[in-house]
Amino acid sequence: MSEKAPAIQLRGISKHFGKVAAISDVSFTVNRGEILSVLGENGSGKTTLMNMISGIYFPDSGQISVEGKEVSIRSPKDAFDLNIGMIHQHFKLIDVFSAAENIVLGIADEQYDLKAAKDKIRSTCDKYGFVIEADKKVYQMSVSEKQTVEIVKVLYRGASILILDEPTAVLTPQETRQLFKVLRNMRDDGKTVIIITHKLHEVLELSDRVAVLRKGEYIGTIETSQANESILTEMMVGKKVVLNIERSEPENPEDRLIVENINCLGRDGRRILSEVSFCARSGEILGIAGISGSGQRELLEAIAGLQKVESGKIVYINPQTGGIDNLRDKTPVQIRALGVRLSFVPEDRLGMGLVGSMDIIDNMMLRSYKKGKSVFLQKKEPRNLAQRIINELEVVTPDVKTPVSRLSGGNVQKVLVGREISSSPTVLMAAYPVRGLDINSSYIIYNLLNRQKKNGVAVIFVGEDLDVLIELCDRIMVISSGRISGILDGRTSSKEDIGLLMTKEQRGGAV
Amino acid sequence: MITLIASFVKQAIIQGIPLLYGSTGEIITEKSGNLNLGIPGVMYIGGISGVIGAYFYESYGDTSNGFLCVLVPFLSSVLGSLIMSLIYSFLTITLRANQNVTGLALTTFGVGVGNFFGGSLSSIFGEGGQIALNTTGNYFKQTLPFADNLGLIGDTFFSFGFLAYLSFAISLFASYVLGRTRIGLNLKAVGENPATADAAGINVTLYKYLATCIGGGIAGLGGLYFIMDYIGGAWTNNGFGDRGWLAIALVIFAIWKPKYSIFGSILFGGLYIVYLYIPGLMRNTQEIFKVFPYMVTILVLILTSIRKKREHQPPASLGLPYFREER
Repeated sequence: MSEKAPAIQLRGISKHFGKVAAISDVSFTVNRGEILSVLGENGSGKTTLMNMISGIYFPDSGQISVEGKEVSIRSPKDAFDLNIGMIHQHFKLIDVFSAAENIVLGIADEQYDLKAAKDKIRSTCDKYGFVIEADKKVYQMSVSEKQTVEIVKVLYRGASILILDEPTAVLTPQETRQLFKVLRNMRDDGKTVIIITHKLHEVLELSDRVAVLRKGEYIGTIETSQANESILTEMMVGKKVVLNIERSEPENPEDRLIVENINCLGRDGRRILSEVSFCARSGEILGIAGISGSGQRELLEAIAGLQKVESGKIVYINPQTGGIDNLRDKTPVQIRALGVRLSFVPEDRLGMGLVGSMDIIDNMMLRSYKKGKSVFLQKKEPRNLAQRIINELEVVTPDVKTPVSRLSGGNVQKVLVGREISSSPTVLMAAYPVRGLDINSSYIIYNLLNRQKKNGVAVIFVGEDLDVLIELCDRIMVISSGRISGILDGRTSSKEDIGLLMTKEQRGGAV
Repeated sequence: MITLIASFVKQAIIQGIPLLYGSTGEIITEKSGNLNLGIPGVMYIGGISGVIGAYFYESYGDTSNGFLCVLVPFLSSVLGSLIMSLIYSFLTITLRANQNVTGLALTTFGVGVGNFFGGSLSSIFGEGGQIALNTTGNYFKQTLPFADNLGLIGDTFFSFGFLAYLSFAISLFASYVLGRTRIGLNLKAVGENPATADAAGINVTLYKYLATCIGGGIAGLGGLYFIMDYIGGAWTNNGFGDRGWLAIALVIFAIWKPKYSIFGSILFGGLYIVYLYIPGLMRNTQEIFKVFPYMVTILVLILTSIRKKREHQPPASLGLPYFREER
């Protein structure tokens, strides 16, 4: 970086939500024409800080200067006027509008002329190497297309400072590479790019400098060329962390669950699973990779008896008796009784499995209330279980009586996974169990899964982070638009192999 | 035979016009995400407000001035339905009350208030308690001057009062605004996803208020047309019948597109009176024919639900309150 003109200067920024300090006294500088990564664990305040630059929140104290001038950013519109644009993690797009309509939405001082807008969109796309269909409706788009629309929307308004919040969370490796190429083009064009992420390898690959936040405090900024994974982790977590998942060889694997050619229709009547066949074995972890919404959720729900299966067979082989059951004939309660457990962590953390307004004990009882013979509730056993989970999984909570919705996302997940594991399952299905967790908590969950594997449980793990899938799983099954596009060996496959299978277009015939 | 068909078409159009006003108003309202089930009440108030305005003008004004004879009831009708829409807007947008409950309450309220004033006026009117504002009614029924010279065509298509043509014009204009202008784009964005619209710098509250009030004002004209043009200035309590609900059904039939509701209103109007044109019906068998519009609506609902085309679905945030700080 030869020119070091500051684009944004933050001085002593603080923000409180209630009594909790989300950001305290953060000061740093973003230079013009650079890609700056803001790195930090979940809950470290990255997004909060960036929301203050883009006008969603207003800081309690501190100053923000843009292009050398002190400014006060009170709304997203103020931020636009300062040429700051933010691409949020949850896209702000209208589904039934076309790309062009979304891009021009809310621009007041321009004549409404979609044709002219489309020309302008095309020239923006050509300049940076985007591909976008201006007339395509958003609901027909893939996630990466939607993201492109968001970026073009911001550029269309003339933004010269772009903030991207976890842009790669939903992309395949190939799409990520394409995005990075575009971002580099923008930097070379003199634009300033701030990217929020917690993925270390992306930071190292893309950015010029890295600013690290930890628990709302600014730790420091370093040049990427002088950084490596262990330095950055130490800055992020504050102590050295061993980032290894130990993967043992499966012990006497036997077939536990055989899925044969199942087909399912989604809620909107479209085919969501077609001809899915695979086998989960005891004592191994079967990973499921795929772009989100490819049918992972429906697959697990079909096995748990929550999703109607149109055709096909789901065979469960009982480890004690060796007997064979077809799960399709059984109710969810009967399936659970066989030891098939689903620990689902959907998009909203509390969605399935826990009731937010109830405390940890009562949430434990959701799985055992049918056991008691008396008309009154037996709280003793659930209380012990709750206490055990809190101790073993290091759940941070004032006491067992706290409603789970008051716990942080990571602790909610520990409660959910802990409860499902406690009933000594024979098949454990975990979907996105580490979503939103910090590094430490994630590794606690990975170790839990590994322990279950050693106990001879057939573990099915739906994950997002391909690096983790490769490190943790014995076999990785890739799902693409409801079909199995391949099953790879976790020890020998590469991220690129999986990425290719994730986007593979399939015609006829399942694997 | 041809005269019979022509008369049927004419009657269908006449019956369709109150429905067209109601559904155009409700479409505009629903595009902002507000499901105003108070529309039957709003239309009822639109009618009685027009009657009140006309009554006072006929009593104290110069009835030879046709323009004012029309303008005064017109404005008082719009004013009445605006007040109703403002009540609804304040409750659902500002106070974020449940839209269904508020709407249903408003319908009950509107019919009650209408009947109360209708009854009071009747007793003032004397003459057997019948409100008959024939002078005003005649001005409203004034047809296009050249209609009489065009024979059957003129009688079928050009023999209506100005409110009939206004309803088509408003519907086409609403269609244009929704489809072709920035205001329409912003309004649709508010109804689809208010959070996104808000982030794009659109004033969500303003759009919701304006759409609900303008929509209500348009719907109220349906009531005015019914009393002044169709009936000819005579008010009877509960005379408006279930036309308000039909208008809401028509919104679904028209899949939230004002231009489709022009065609739909004539179809609904035809179905509403088709029993008069089928010979040999008794009083009890007539009633079966009156359910036709509702059955057609259910059919449309089934078809659009099966096809699942996103463009044919109601606005995504219809019925939901918007609160920026909620996450």
